[in-house]
Amino acid sequence: MNTPYLQLNGIRKSFGRFEALKGIALEVARGELMVFLGPSGCGKTTLLRIVAGLETQDAGTIVQDGRDISRLPAVDRDYGIVFQSYALFPNLTIDSNVAYGLVNRRDRRESIKGRVRELLTLIGLPDSGLKYPSQLSGGQQQRIALARALAPAPGLLLLDEPLSALDALERVRLRGEIRALQQRLGVTTIMVTHDQEEALSMADRIVVMNQGRIEQIGTPREIYELPTTPFTADFVGKVNVLPAIVEQGGVCRVGTMSLVLGRSDLISGTAVKLYLRPEDIALSMNGAKATNTLPATVAKVEFLGAFCMVGVALDTPGVPPLVLNVPRHAVAEAQLRPGTAVSVCLPPAALRILS
Amino acid sequence: MATAAATLPPPLPAVRRVHHWQERLAQGLLVACCAALILFLFAPLFMILVKSVQDKDGAFVGLLQFQQYFETPALRQSIVNTLWIATAVTGVTVPLAFMYAYALTRSCMPWRGFFRVIALTPILAPSLLSAISFIQWFGTQGLLKGLLGGASIYGPIGIILSSIYATFPHALMIVLTALLLSDGRLYEAAESLRTPTWRKFFTITLPGAKYGLVSAAMVVFSYTVSDFGIPKVIGGNFSVLALDIFKQVIGQQNFNKGAVVSLILLAPVFVAFVVDWIMQGRLQSQFSSRAVPYAPKPKRWFDGAMLAFCVVVALLLLAVLGMAVYTSFIKLWPYDLHFSLRHYTFGLIDAGVIVSFWNSVKMAAATAVFGTMFIFGGAYLLEKTTGMNGVRKLIRLLAAIPMGVPGMVLGLGYILFFNHPDNPLNGLYHTLTILVLSTVVHYYTSSHLTAVTALKALDNEFEAVSASLKVPFYKTFFRVTVPVCLPAILDIGRYLFVNAMVTISAVVFLYAPQTQLASVAILNLDDAGEIGAAAAMATLIVAASSLVCVVYAGVTRLLLTRTQAWRKPSAAG
Ligand SMILES: Nc1ncnc2c1ncn2[C@@H]1O[C@H](COP(=O)(O)OP(=O)(O)OP(=O)(O)O)[C@@H](O)[C@H]1O
Ligand SMILES: [Mg+2]
Repeated sequence: MNTPYLQLNGIRKSFGRFEALKGIALEVARGELMVFLGPSGCGKTTLLRIVAGLETQDAGTIVQDGRDISRLPAVDRDYGIVFQSYALFPNLTIDSNVAYGLVNRRDRRESIKGRVRELLTLIGLPDSGLKYPSQLSGGQQQRIALARALAPAPGLLLLDEPLSALDALERVRLRGEIRALQQRLGVTTIMVTHDQEEALSMADRIVVMNQGRIEQIGTPREIYELPTTPFTADFVGKVNVLPAIVEQGGVCRVGTMSLVLGRSDLISGTAVKLYLRPEDIALSMNGAKATNTLPATVAKVEFLGAFCMVGVALDTPGVPPLVLNVPRHAVAEAQLRPGTAVSVCLPPAALRILS
Repeated sequence: MATAAATLPPPLPAVRRVHHWQERLAQGLLVACCAALILFLFAPLFMILVKSVQDKDGAFVGLLQFQQYFETPALRQSIVNTLWIATAVTGVTVPLAFMYAYALTRSCMPWRGFFRVIALTPILAPSLLSAISFIQWFGTQGLLKGLLGGASIYGPIGIILSSIYATFPHALMIVLTALLLSDGRLYEAAESLRTPTWRKFFTITLPGAKYGLVSAAMVVFSYTVSDFGIPKVIGGNFSVLALDIFKQVIGQQNFNKGAVVSLILLAPVFVAFVVDWIMQGRLQSQFSSRAVPYAPKPKRWFDGAMLAFCVVVALLLLAVLGMAVYTSFIKLWPYDLHFSLRHYTFGLIDAGVIVSFWNSVKMAAATAVFGTMFIFGGAYLLEKTTGMNGVRKLIRLLAAIPMGVPGMVLGLGYILFFNHPDNPLNGLYHTLTILVLSTVVHYYTSSHLTAVTALKALDNEFEAVSASLKVPFYKTFFRVTVPVCLPAILDIGRYLFVNAMVTISAVVFLYAPQTQLASVAILNLDDAGEIGAAAAMATLIVAASSLVCVVYAGVTRLLLTRTQAWRKPSAAG
């Protein structure tokens, strides 16, 4: 019914004996912003360059808008690309940079001018047409690179770590702008990043990659709340990991303590790992008796601004220490400091079991 | 093992890319580049190898000729002579250049720019000029003959002195670069630890410059070993390898013996080249882009001593150049010192020798223009296009070779290859074209490296961006790559021009009477005892090269101010 705009199937790529991509299959819907997220060296850039035709895959097919482009050279594909380094032509003015891909199409001069003006307005830099790239700030250069890539109205926009060369503030501002622009134009976009915050805030869907393989594909919420692999759980956001053995009746044993799991479909005796986000652990001072409430002692309080990261050691022996996120005010109210006795509650619904 | 193999996925058929005609074009040009290098560099050198194991009639004789060579005591003596002369020159030039470079970079003495220019002037002169000049100073009628205490300038002393003059600027440039690259923060750290000056010198300066020093030593060594103009003019009966090749080939028409001597000459030069190559690599990697340049502080005694040293060296250099120029403008040294243009009017113009000067200018201009186009274009294809990785590796290798090949060897290879009756290209022999070709090849490596460095400084993704915008690569080449690299391109052009004006060793085998070059004319005039005219010709060469350098400096400055708007301050500085 709704055919995907871009389909990758069985993409493999080796450099010498090193396998950079080990069979990648995914689909990007029309108008979607998809983010490739993964640690350094996992093959994100390689995959993007294969989509662009700048590298050739060893095996696998790419179909864009119903057309098999697997074997086409870059020049014959339909995309615009923005690199981490911007790659603006230093000796050309901003106008000429943005018009670079238009001039070649033998458009009329007036229409080129109009299009350039339109794009510069779109990215919020209507007056810098006569400047040179080196006279602009990093963030402005990045937006020019975006305008240049968008100028010929490509069907697909590729962004390789477009924000990583910017300072933190500029980065946050620009990611909002890029996302707004992308949604306004409705251009199908693939963005590569290793910054999880960037991925979570911008993406329609995220592809988590690790060592040349896809770990999980899903919306930012799915990736964060329902990670399906230990790698995803660990890579996106912070997580507590508890090794456990499943017991009868929806209960498991961690060290010498028992935890209620909230599900009973697991075979007893299986070794599993429990994953728990720091913000899902509730802290109480008065020893309230919710499920899985355990006595603990504060080991460390680290101030992080709005939140504090609180490290606690459970009083039950044989259980690894846990990390909690506690709002600043709550920390002050409870006067948490190393040595304070507290109760922590591990809600069964928040415990994810990944083996 | 069997089970492991069985679990592997079956090998998939490789995805074969469709190639766009633009890619094909780029790859075609790359292959053409490679073919040109094989034809004009590899094939001639290969012919030397072939000839060295053949006798005069073309029969294979194995290493017999090498054996004969080593059994001839006079020829064996040449090896010893060549090596000790080169060692002596290296031993003097490198410390001298280091001291000079040290003064230029580590002291606050005045007129540093001026001293730098003076020290580089020998590059503009053919090596023969220094030999002529030393003859004028110390020869039979020399003003300072007494200083030699009865020893003769014709022989090792003359060769060594002339070679020091000729190699000084080459060594200076390398050492200067090494010293300039050193990190000022190291000195600041040392000062904060109250390190005495001598210790800073031995723990920071010397280690920082060590690769530069070794590299400079190798360059000086191979220059001296390879040069044949100086021993020809001032060597008297003292024989060296480069001269032996000349004698075998031109004197006795014995190309096979010439090939044998060439290979023997090639050995030390090639070793020096390999060492230099490694050192240059280390020098590059040692340089960190965040290094802060060292800013010396004034110290009266030190600056004064350095100034005195530079003044003495500069005066000596000027005395050599000055004597040649002076000789060209007086009637007859040392009997009639009146000003006269007769060496130019009678000696060059009326004698018809002036044609060689114009030949040289033409040849140098053609070398600069076509050489730069080929070298820069080739480097671009190599660095910025994709596909054909085997060809790329081959070009990289071939491009490095010329620096390790003495001009005499290249020249002999050209005779053997292009003068071969079966070679369809033998029409090239004796033309200006072959002189241009051999000169481009002879100076290929440095120019190629300059081009590659400039290209590597560009963003790697320009080509990818153009492809995504559907702009053909050659458009981006002309619209972006060339304008951005223009300073480097001009630099290559100037380098080729200046070297083409003074080169002699390769071309001495390849010219015909109507294509004689200025440097060869100097040799012939000197042979005929026309030392005044020879000096006049040398002066003309220096004048032409200086003019080109001045024009180059002017154009570069203009260019940098014009393009200041987009060049970053670091690129302009
Ligand atoms: N041309 C190449 N030759 C050899 N190895 C390569 C080449 N390009 C990439 N690789 C290797 O392939 C792996 C994946 O590279 P890739 O650039 O795709 O990683 P990435 O996920 O983009 O990482 P980063 O976040 O560092 O950009 C890396 O280990 C890299 O070293
Ligand atoms: Mg990358």
